[in-house]
Amino acid sequence: MPGPGDRGRKKEKPRDAKGTLRRIIRYLYVYKWLVVIFLLLSFAANVGSLLGPRFAGAAIGVAEAGYRLGPGNVDMAAVKHYALLMLAAYALSSLLSFLVTVGMTRVGRRIAENMRRDVFDKLMRMPVGYFDRHQAGDIISRVSYDIDVVSTCLSADVVQILTCLVTVAGSFAMMCVISPPLVLCMLFTIPVSILFTRSMAKKTRPRYARRSAAYGAMNGFTEEMFTGQRTIQAYAHERAVSEDFRRINQEAAEAYREADGLGMTMGPTMGMISNFGLAAIGLGGSLLYMAGTVGLAQISSFVLYSRKFSGPINEISNISNEIFSALAAAERVFNLLDEQEEVKDTPGALRLMNCQGNVAANHVAFGYEPDRPVLKDLSLSALPGQTIAIVGPTGAGKTTIINLLMRFYDVNAGEIRVDSRDYRTYTMESLRRSYAMVLQDTWVFRGTIFDNIAYGHENADMASVVAAAKAARIHDYIMRLPQGYQTVITEDGGNISKGQKQLLTIARAMLYDTGMLILDEATSNVDTGTERQVQHAIRSLMTGRTSFVIAHRLSTVRNADRILVILNGDVVEQGTHEDLMAMRGVYYRLYASQYS
Amino acid sequence: MKLILHHLGRLRGAVALALLIKLIGTAGELLLPTILEHIIDEVVPSRDLTMVLLWGGAMFATAFAVRTLNVIANHRAVDNAHRISFALRQSLFEKTVNLSGASFDGVGLPSLISRMTSDSYNVQSAVQQLQTLSVRAPIMLVGGIIVSALMDFQLSLILIVMLPILIAVVLTVSARGIPLYTKVQKRLDAVVRIMREAITGIRVVKALRKEDYESKRFREANAALTDQDVTAATVMAIPGPFMQLCLNSGLALVVIIGAGRVNSGEIKPGVILAFLTYFNMVAMGIFGLTRIFMTISRASASADRISAVLALPDGDPVLPEAGGLTPSGPGFIRFEHVSFSYNGVVIDNPEGGNEPRVPDRAAFAGEEREKALSDISFSLARGESLGIIGPTGCGKTTVISLLMRFYDADEGGIFVDGRDVRTYEKEALRRKFGTVFQNDIIFRDTIRGNISFGRDLDEEAVREAAASAQASEFISELPKGLDHEMDIRGANVSGGQKQRILVARALAASPEILVLDDSSSALDYRTDAAMRSAISRDYPEATVIMIAQRVSSIMGMTKILVMDNGRCIGYGSHKDLMQTCPFYRETCEIQMGDME
Repeated sequence: MPGPGDRGRKKEKPRDAKGTLRRIIRYLYVYKWLVVIFLLLSFAANVGSLLGPRFAGAAIGVAEAGYRLGPGNVDMAAVKHYALLMLAAYALSSLLSFLVTVGMTRVGRRIAENMRRDVFDKLMRMPVGYFDRHQAGDIISRVSYDIDVVSTCLSADVVQILTCLVTVAGSFAMMCVISPPLVLCMLFTIPVSILFTRSMAKKTRPRYARRSAAYGAMNGFTEEMFTGQRTIQAYAHERAVSEDFRRINQEAAEAYREADGLGMTMGPTMGMISNFGLAAIGLGGSLLYMAGTVGLAQISSFVLYSRKFSGPINEISNISNEIFSALAAAERVFNLLDEQEEVKDTPGALRLMNCQGNVAANHVAFGYEPDRPVLKDLSLSALPGQTIAIVGPTGAGKTTIINLLMRFYDVNAGEIRVDSRDYRTYTMESLRRSYAMVLQDTWVFRGTIFDNIAYGHENADMASVVAAAKAARIHDYIMRLPQGYQTVITEDGGNISKGQKQLLTIARAMLYDTGMLILDEATSNVDTGTERQVQHAIRSLMTGRTSFVIAHRLSTVRNADRILVILNGDVVEQGTHEDLMAMRGVYYRLYASQYS
Repeated sequence: MKLILHHLGRLRGAVALALLIKLIGTAGELLLPTILEHIIDEVVPSRDLTMVLLWGGAMFATAFAVRTLNVIANHRAVDNAHRISFALRQSLFEKTVNLSGASFDGVGLPSLISRMTSDSYNVQSAVQQLQTLSVRAPIMLVGGIIVSALMDFQLSLILIVMLPILIAVVLTVSARGIPLYTKVQKRLDAVVRIMREAITGIRVVKALRKEDYESKRFREANAALTDQDVTAATVMAIPGPFMQLCLNSGLALVVIIGAGRVNSGEIKPGVILAFLTYFNMVAMGIFGLTRIFMTISRASASADRISAVLALPDGDPVLPEAGGLTPSGPGFIRFEHVSFSYNGVVIDNPEGGNEPRVPDRAAFAGEEREKALSDISFSLARGESLGIIGPTGCGKTTVISLLMRFYDADEGGIFVDGRDVRTYEKEALRRKFGTVFQNDIIFRDTIRGNISFGRDLDEEAVREAAASAQASEFISELPKGLDHEMDIRGANVSGGQKQRILVARALAASPEILVLDDSSSALDYRTDAAMRSAISRDYPEATVIMIAQRVSSIMGMTKILVMDNGRCIGYGSHKDLMQTCPFYRETCEIQMGDME
């Protein structure tokens, strides 16, 4: 089997960190005032926590002064005063940092919500072909995993970075006040840190991107295999599939090890740089002391501040790992948002109103892949209210015609006209709104039976839903269910049979008042007894609509106004049933073979 | 949690090594400030330049050694985590592909996929973090307490009294927070479900132009997820600032009481200063432990979800040959009074809730679904064929599921080649079969790969199977022929082409038993008939079981089983049934009666 991992790699595009960052900031921008407020609060919280030690120092200073005078001379009132101030500063800082955490988490989660919404809305605007090419699992992992990574990074790391900056700036200022020459001693750590972080970033980012891609590929493979679990078992293929998975799993594990293994050298190295700084201060301080320019007390407090100074720098390098993986995750999300959307309506596109159902296709050519045409030169025409049946051997391109009629795909050459205009001059929405359809692949969603039938028909009331269900011959079945129309169909409709699903989709179409109708093997999953009943309903569904019917059971298309026989992408015969039988050609042979 | 410990235990040598290296590294890290203190307090006052340089050099060397050790330890940690997550995913994958039908239904496909992806990821990051974080925090906590107790026991009492309170609060909040996260997970499931539904139903969504409706539906679930997430995050934001507040109040107390003790001459003011340092150390330790605790609790929820799957039995147990039933008559395949219902299948709810989870199938339809099969009997000699026909949902597919032992019958006996199916090794039993399921799956692979499907088949077998399945023609038209790549789920070929590839897969290994479940619904009659006659010509030894909607597909079979509502309502040859089974006769007339 081809490794989905290879596929993921091929898709790798040049990484654009700045662009990604800019787009993340655009999401933050929506909450700019909240972010500004929280950042200010966070600043205040930090100042509070920096003030605490000063008050503590003052209290200790009082105690020390008293100590020098001998026992009993400590000014306890002053000590208590400073201790209370210290407590107040800390309490304020705790309260503020709680508020900031909550607030920024909220912002982060809302941004995640907005991103998920954007992705989903984008998916809804994507052409059908996109979903034929991409695994649902891969798309979903961007929503459930990647966006989560971005949001966690935003809510935690932004504040953390600010905290760090405040501490760094504050302690740097203090160090400068204490002894500028000592500052020079440790100044080398700053450019070294920056250069190191930069070069690491260059190395780690592609690895994190590869990690994301490898996980995506693994999730895709898992989804495919779990879906086909029964087939795999039926062919005693479990072991071979597990071996395939072992390779993909290994690849994901390696990608993780490579990315995180390298990422994890960051912290210790930054630690080393700051420890070098510390050693330099030790050495420089000793030399300065011997030269008599600084006192011991100054060196001690300088050391304290230098640790406050370098601590956050280490922290930032830890965060930077998270930021890189967040950037890679965000990039995957944005790549999806950048995918080509479904063709837009041409400017000045008309709304197709009260569609008459006059349809004509002129010399249409189409292929899903450019080098493999499915339809070569298709022409057909339908007058309002007519029924056009499309028959032909499997793979002749019948379903493709439906894909084109509904403009799920665009033709490569030729044109399709609806009500005497090129249908590309209509808005997509109004064009599709003119069709009712029942497809071969039945689709239901988790929701009540009522909702499933009323889907696509916003104002349907109970009476009309029941009428539709009755017409589709599924009402009796529904009434036998414990909760009737309120029974919830579970995911994938696993708890109702294929046939019942199809009846539900027929009922759904019944509710639809449109000019055109598409029936693609609408009754293929219904047993013959039910089908006869449903036929009646379908016939009433067809009245007054231009209908395109694909059916294998030729008896169901006998009454069509025109039957098109498709062979290898061309219309080889057309006419009524009688015409075609009289021709004694392809249709005749097909028809005869059914009853041999 | 057991699962994580178990896996850590398997790598205990490597994990211990990683922890040991980290321990030495951490010790070195704590040593650095001590060296610096030594330089300032002892070396500098002696004004010995050589010693200053020597000790300074020692600091640089230690810093470098610490970095090296930490990098190695981190690498080891990542390496261990990558091994564990690899092993975990591999065993979870292998378990899942081997699950019995009942267990698979019980957990559900989407949930199995998310266990494989997000849960295994949580465990992986927990394993990594546990190794990198769990050394430092305890050392700081315990070391800080011991040193401060040695320094001044009375002052350290503040710390000792405060710790249990702190821990109690953190634990209480977390205990409340974790169920909140379970709710978040549920909401996330809903978001993913809606997304999956919209993706799989994209054609319907677009055709009924319900994009906006779907977006709205998604928005609601998305907002619900975010609200729940914000609530959980708000609760979980309490412990951090709360702990800071407690510790800082403790500091204020230390200052006040300490000053009092200075006043009474019991301690020097320097002790207060040192205490503040150690207090901070203890605080860091507590923060570290909380982080570990949070990581563990999140990971253990995930680990439990994985363990629940791993604990499921590997399919149903194989009985010893003597332990099975003996058939009461001859026949290669025999069903004797078989009854079965899906309700028997109940497994512990792995989602973490209290109510046991019953497979949807059983929970849904109430009484009328109680028995999927009742009292089904039939017998086939080698080389004979059986057709099964009946309304949708009548239990046709269940017959196959029991024969291939995806489920075990509740009553009655099922025999293949004179032996109870339960006495076969699963693989030995299934090797006898070539199967096409209803809606069977095409994997992303070449056509050849899909046909040979991991079995060691020669070119000729593949080509012959493709020819009998009437697939040769369209395959030869593809530019790469058998090496043509299939898209996911075979999206780049038509429904009929898919079915023919699937039949070729079933035929390729010349199986003893050929099972075709509705495998020609997308074929036109002529191809269907050609395929059937090719199969009986090219694979005359195969015993065939075919489920179909069309009488014409099965009327030539040796025996035909007519089913309704899980019961047998007719059994015999076509000729017999025309006489004895009114339902069969009627179906026949509807489907073929209108032939001129």
